[in-house]
Amino acid sequence: MQSIVEFKNIFKSYPGVIANDDVSFNIKEQSIHAILGENGAGKSTLVKILYGHVKPDSGEILIDSDLAIINSPSTAKNLGINMVFQHFSLFESLTVAENLILGMNENISLTKLKDNSKTICDKYGFNLNLNSPISSLSVGQRQSVEIVRSLLNNPKILIMDEPTSVLTPDEISKLFKIIKKLVKDGLTVIFISHKLEEIINLSDYVTIMRNGKVVSTISTQNEDPETLGYKMLGYKVSKAKQISNINFSKDIFNIKNLSTQSKDPFTINLNKIDLNLKKGQIFGIAGVAGNGQKELMEILLNENDYEFSGDIIFKDLNINNLSTFQRKSLSISYVTEERLGHSAVPEMSLSENIFLSMNHKSEFKKGDFINFEKINSYASDVIKNFNVDTPSYNVKAGKLSGGNLQKFIIGREIMSNPELLILSQPTWGIDAGSEAFIKKTIVELSQKGVSIIIISHDLDELLEVCHQISVLYEGSLSNPLNVKDINISKLGKYMGGLFD
Amino acid sequence: MVFLIKVQLREDYSNLIFYLSPLVAVALTLFFGSFIFLILDLSPIESFKIFFISPISNSYGISELFVKATPLAIIALGLSYCFKNNIYNIGAEGQLTMGAIFGGGIGLLFNDSTSVFLLPSMILFGALGGAFWATIPAILKTKFNTNEILTSLMLTYVALFILDYFVVGPWKDPAGYGLPKSMPFPDAGRLPVLIDGLRVHIGVYFALIISLITYIIYNRTLFGFKLKVTGLSSKASQYAGFKYKNLIFYTFIISGACAGLAGLFEVSGPIGLLYRDISPNYGFTAIIVAFLGRLNPFGIILSSLLIALTYLGAEDAQLFLKIPSAVGFVFQGLVLFFLLGTDFLNKYKVFIK
Repeated sequence: MQSIVEFKNIFKSYPGVIANDDVSFNIKEQSIHAILGENGAGKSTLVKILYGHVKPDSGEILIDSDLAIINSPSTAKNLGINMVFQHFSLFESLTVAENLILGMNENISLTKLKDNSKTICDKYGFNLNLNSPISSLSVGQRQSVEIVRSLLNNPKILIMDEPTSVLTPDEISKLFKIIKKLVKDGLTVIFISHKLEEIINLSDYVTIMRNGKVVSTISTQNEDPETLGYKMLGYKVSKAKQISNINFSKDIFNIKNLSTQSKDPFTINLNKIDLNLKKGQIFGIAGVAGNGQKELMEILLNENDYEFSGDIIFKDLNINNLSTFQRKSLSISYVTEERLGHSAVPEMSLSENIFLSMNHKSEFKKGDFINFEKINSYASDVIKNFNVDTPSYNVKAGKLSGGNLQKFIIGREIMSNPELLILSQPTWGIDAGSEAFIKKTIVELSQKGVSIIIISHDLDELLEVCHQISVLYEGSLSNPLNVKDINISKLGKYMGGLFD
Repeated sequence: MVFLIKVQLREDYSNLIFYLSPLVAVALTLFFGSFIFLILDLSPIESFKIFFISPISNSYGISELFVKATPLAIIALGLSYCFKNNIYNIGAEGQLTMGAIFGGGIGLLFNDSTSVFLLPSMILFGALGGAFWATIPAILKTKFNTNEILTSLMLTYVALFILDYFVVGPWKDPAGYGLPKSMPFPDAGRLPVLIDGLRVHIGVYFALIISLITYIIYNRTLFGFKLKVTGLSSKASQYAGFKYKNLIFYTFIISGACAGLAGLFEVSGPIGLLYRDISPNYGFTAIIVAFLGRLNPFGIILSSLLIALTYLGAEDAQLFLKIPSAVGFVFQGLVLFFLLGTDFLNKYKVFIK
C-alpha cells in the first residue's frame, strides 16, 4: 500500500504554545490511522491543517505524492478530504435532507440528493429518516447525518475528530462496523482519539503525539492499552481504587419525583427523577450528553429559579426554594462543567477566585470588607495541598492549564469541608496526570464521609470512582447499579434508554 | 477578488496598553483635530494654544476648569458603578435634571429660609431626585427586561420637559420679566465657593471624596467584588450566588444619586436658580469621562479635567477664532472614537485577507 497523505515538517505555533513541532509521518491508503494524544497534544491542530482550516507556519503536505496547497476546507474537499467534527454543525429546525443539501458544493436537486443519501444509508446501515427534523434526533443519529454528509462528497480521506466521545457503547460498536466497511470500499480514515482501547480495536496504525511532537508511528497489532498509554503520556498512571464494600446507612441527599415541564423545545424535560445518596457515597450519573444533565445541574445549583415539581432534600431539610447562596451555606459545594466563566473567572486572580465561591463564609469578611489575608492563605493552602502548578495566587485563573485550574477549583471546594459535593464533568479535557490526581482525591474524600454526585459522560471515570451509577436518558434516571457487581452490557443498554 | 476583514481575539491582551490607550486616544485626537483647524484655514499650533492652553493660563480659567470638571467627575464616578456591572445607564442627564428639580425645589419652597440646614437638605433631595429617576429604568429592567439604554435615555427628555413645565409654570419668577426661570435661591441655599470672587465651589471636595470612597468600594468590599465578577462573567456571578437584580438596583441608584447631586450643585452653585438649560450635556459627556478614565475612580478625576478643558477651549475658540463652540463636542467625539478604536485593537487583531 502506498501513502495517501504525507506530513512533512509541519510547524504551527500560537502565542505561548507550539501546537505542532516538526510533525512528519505518512498515512497509508485504505487504512484506519489513529492519532493519539492528550488534550493539547496537537492532534486537532494537525488535522485542521490537513482540512485547510488552519494554516501551518511551515511544512508541506503531500496527497498521493503530489504537493498539496490546502488553503481552505473547499480545496480540501476538492482533493477528496472530508472531516466530521467533534461539535456538529447542523441546523436544529431543518430536516436531515435539508441539512445534507446545505453541505453540498455542487448543485443537486433534493430528490437526487435523497436518492444518493438513501443509497449510502442502506449500504452502510445508517438508520436515518431523511425527513425528520434534526432536533428530534439522538446525538448518535446526528453524527450519522454528519458522516453521510461527508460521504456524499465521495471522499478519499475522512477525518473524524473524537467521534466516540458522544456515543453509547452500542453506538460505538455500530460506528466501528461502518468505518471498517468504508475502508474496505476504498476510504482512508483518520481517527482522532485519546481512548486507548478504541484505538487498538479499530485502527491499523497509530501516530502518538505529545506536546506537539510525534512520539512515534506504529502498527497497533502488538500494542495493548497499557503500553500505548505509557507512550502517550511518557509516564505511568495508577488507577484510583474505590473500596466498594462499605455499608452506607445515613441518608444525606434525596431527590424525590423531580420533573420539569419546560415548553422550550431545546431543553430536555426531566421525568420523575428519584435519587438517594448516603453519607460517604459516590453516586455517578452516566449518560450521553444532552439527555438532561444540563437541566439537572441547573436545578441542583438553582442559579436561575428553574421551575420543577418534586422535592430536593438535604439532611431532612427541603431545599427546593433555597438559592445557590443558601445551599452553599448549608455546605453543598459545586463544580460546574464549564471551568472558565462559570466556576472561575479567567480575568481574576486565583485568590479572587477563592472568594468567588467562598463569599458566603464569614471568615473571609469583616463586615462588608473583604479579608484578603485570609483568602490568600486559603489560596496558598489549596495550591499546596492540591498540587496546583502556579507561581503564586496572584496569577490570573485563565493562565492556568485546564488540569491545574480544575485541581484548584476542586481543591477550593474540598477545603471548605462540604458535606455534599456535586461535580459535573470533573475530568473533562484535562491531562492524565491531573485526572488521576482528581479521581484519587475524590475517592479519598468519600472515605472521609463526604457524599459526592458526579455527572459525567465518561463511563470509565464513573466505573473507577463511583459506588453506584444511574443512567440519565432523555430526562429519565435509571435505577442505580452497584459498581461492585456491574454488568457492562446492562449498563450499555441503559445508556441506550432500555430501562423501566 | 473579495477583501475580507478578519477579526480575531488576542490571547495576549495587554493590561498596560489598556491603561495607556487613553493617552494614545488623546494624541490621535490632537493629530486629527489639527486637520479640522487646517481645513478652517487656521494655524493648528496657534489654535491649540487658544483651545487648550490659554483657557487655563490664569486663576479664573483654572477655577472655571474645576467648575466644569466637578459635575463631570461626580456623574462619571456614579456611572462607573453601572458600567462595571455591564448596565448601560445613559440617562444621567435626566437624573441630573431631576436632582436639580428636587433639590432646587427645596430651595424655592423655603425661599426665605436662613437656616444652615437648607443647603444640606437641598443636597439630600438633589441626590434623592436623581436616584428616584434612575430607579424607573431599574424597575423596568428587572421586572420587564426592558433595555435600560432606551428607557434611561428617553426618561432624560421627560425630565427636561418637567423642568420646563416648572420654570414656565408654577416656579416662574414673578419678577422675572416673563423669562422662563425661577427666583434665585436664598443665600442659605447657595453652595459656598472656595475662593472669593471665583466660581469654584465645594463640589470639588465632594468629587474627591466620592472618588476615594469609590476606590475603597471597588478594591476592598464585597459589593465592589460583586460588580467586578458580574461585569466579567454573569454566569460566574450566579455561581457565586450574587443577585443580579439587586445589583442592577444598587448601581442605578448610586449613579442616579451622583447625577442628581451634580445637578443640584450646578443650580445651587454657579447658576443660583432654575432655568431651562442648566447643563451643557454634562450627563452625556460624563459617559466619555467614565470610559476615558477606564472606570477607575482616580482615572475619572483626570479625564474629567481633560474633558472640562474641551468645554473651556470651545468657548475661547468661539471668541478668538470665530469658530462654533460645537468644535468642543467634535473633540469629545474624537476622543471617544479613538478610545473605542484603541480598545478594540488592543482586544482584537484585525487582518485583511
